[in-house]
Amino acid sequence: MSTSEQIIPHGHVLRYTLKERLTHWVAAVAYIYLLMTGLAFWSPWLFWVAVILGGAPVSRMLHPWAGLIFFAAVWNMYVMWAPQMKHTDVDKAWWKAVRYYSTNQDDKMPPAGRYNAGQKFLFWGFFWGSLLLLLSGVVMWSPQYFAWHSLIAMRIAVLVHASAALFTIGLFLIHIYMGVFAERGALSSVIHGDVSIAFAKRYHPGWYKEIVGQSSTPRK
Amino acid sequence: MSQATLRVQKISGHAGTVPGEGTQREYTVCKLIDTTTCIGCKACEVACMEWNDLPFGETVFDNTYQTMPETRWNYWNLILFNEHVREDDGSLMWLMRKNQCMHCAEPGCLAACPADGAIVQYTNGIVDFQQANCIGCGYCITGCPFDIPKMNPKTHRVFKCTLCADRVSEGLEPACIKSCPTGCLHFGSKEDMKFLAEGRAKQLREHSNHPNAGVYDPPGVGGTGVIYVLHDATKPEIYGGLPKDPHVPWTVKLWKGPLKWLGNVAMVGGLIGLFVHYLRYGPKAREEEDINPGGKP
Ligand code: HEM
Ligand code: SF4
Ligand code: SF4
Repeated sequence: MSTSEQIIPHGHVLRYTLKERLTHWVAAVAYIYLLMTGLAFWSPWLFWVAVILGGAPVSRMLHPWAGLIFFAAVWNMYVMWAPQMKHTDVDKAWWKAVRYYSTNQDDKMPPAGRYNAGQKFLFWGFFWGSLLLLLSGVVMWSPQYFAWHSLIAMRIAVLVHASAALFTIGLFLIHIYMGVFAERGALSSVIHGDVSIAFAKRYHPGWYKEIVGQSSTPRK
Repeated sequence: MSQATLRVQKISGHAGTVPGEGTQREYTVCKLIDTTTCIGCKACEVACMEWNDLPFGETVFDNTYQTMPETRWNYWNLILFNEHVREDDGSLMWLMRKNQCMHCAEPGCLAACPADGAIVQYTNGIVDFQQANCIGCGYCITGCPFDIPKMNPKTHRVFKCTLCADRVSEGLEPACIKSCPTGCLHFGSKEDMKFLAEGRAKQLREHSNHPNAGVYDPPGVGGTGVIYVLHDATKPEIYGGLPKDPHVPWTVKLWKGPLKWLGNVAMVGGLIGLFVHYLRYGPKAREEEDINPGGKP
């Protein structure tokens, strides 16, 4: 959906198209389901989570299917966003200044484009983590068809799956923290699609310049 | 296969303590299999299927006595045949080993299982799967060093030998023991069976051409509730691939040990860290006041 088809409030700019938002929420809902059922099997102290989500055998049955949906969404993100996630010189400078970012001194940060270097790292971390989760998860899916001699594959897969899950959980916590708590306006952008011009200027000045430059009718 | 008369001492996937643990002083039970007097008649296989009411499955004919390569979800007791040529005198040995769950003192299946109560170990040492609690993940399969747990592909539940926990709880011996025509199977306390087995191994060493005869009770899994007398205890592999020094696989130990702890500390620490960060620094900007002074334009 292009900018013109969507009603953007005055003083706001479009950040996420409907397709981008839908993809995000398919991934998010699937991920949260995977996280809850996965953690239920990870720790006996959380087993009750699987019980309230329809029973542990149901959770075991649905987890891999939810995984496929999750990966399909991640793949779609890859197709949509990978070109924008390339590491640039600004990103190098951004990482050097990351301590200012994490202490809310955003005025000292180099101007980020549509995504800052941290968001790019998050994207690639999620992408590779999801790929590992998919590959190992598929191996773990149907143990009844596993022959004894190939059991080593399943043993390794369980380790890889749990490690990759932990890695993405770390990213996930940071993602939620930044999106919901730290950067006010980010959550709304992935729901409504738009951000205020002030938000764009503050967090993604490079991107803001770009879209203003592109636009034929200058925004107020 | 819940046994009301047997107390439980270990529970898979269980948070907290085991209720009733240590309330009973039961002796550990043990099955002794003397491979040197087994004749491969398969009476024990039939007894197992009859007592446990297992449906009959197709066998695989490969021109040997081996009716199927390994145990199945509905075939818990299988004699493994092997023709072995002795290195020292070139004589042929026809080896037969009754294969089933070993009822490990430290069961890898139980350690790997995430489902509360899907695998239990009774105070008498029997390791028993409770299919009602099983979720069908197959983790137990990765934890067993003997390739014993097998999954029913239709119901996604795992089955294996129960050491006839139902019979044992009533004071009976397992069905296979009762059926053995040569008396190569014995059942009793672990202590008694060890004594009997050591005596038999000594007899073989001293009075027959088997100087390496010995007892198989692998310490790597804490000892087992099924022990073997072997003609050559230095080569357990020749008895249908009996592992020489079985352990719970290192992958399972790493996963259920350090990885679990590291992961839990990292997740809880991460949550606390982010919360403290928020208290210290707060949001980057409050949308209403800081980004859009004077409210939404
Ligand atoms: C991408 C496709 C995925 C597939 C095919 C898949 C498949 C599986 C399978 C078959 C299992 C074994 C038991 C069970 O079903 O719970 C499992 C466990 C698990 N999964 Fe996934 N999964 C996927 C994605 C994810 C994601 C995105 C997470 C996010 C955190 C996750 C977290 C877990 C966890 C924590 C466990 C338990 C590991 C343990 O007990 O050590 N999985 N997964
Ligand atoms: S498949 Fe095995 S590990 Fe998984 S719940 Fe069932 S008994 Fe436990
Ligand atoms: S032999 Fe395998 S299935 Fe039996 S108790 Fe040991 S680990 Fe569990």
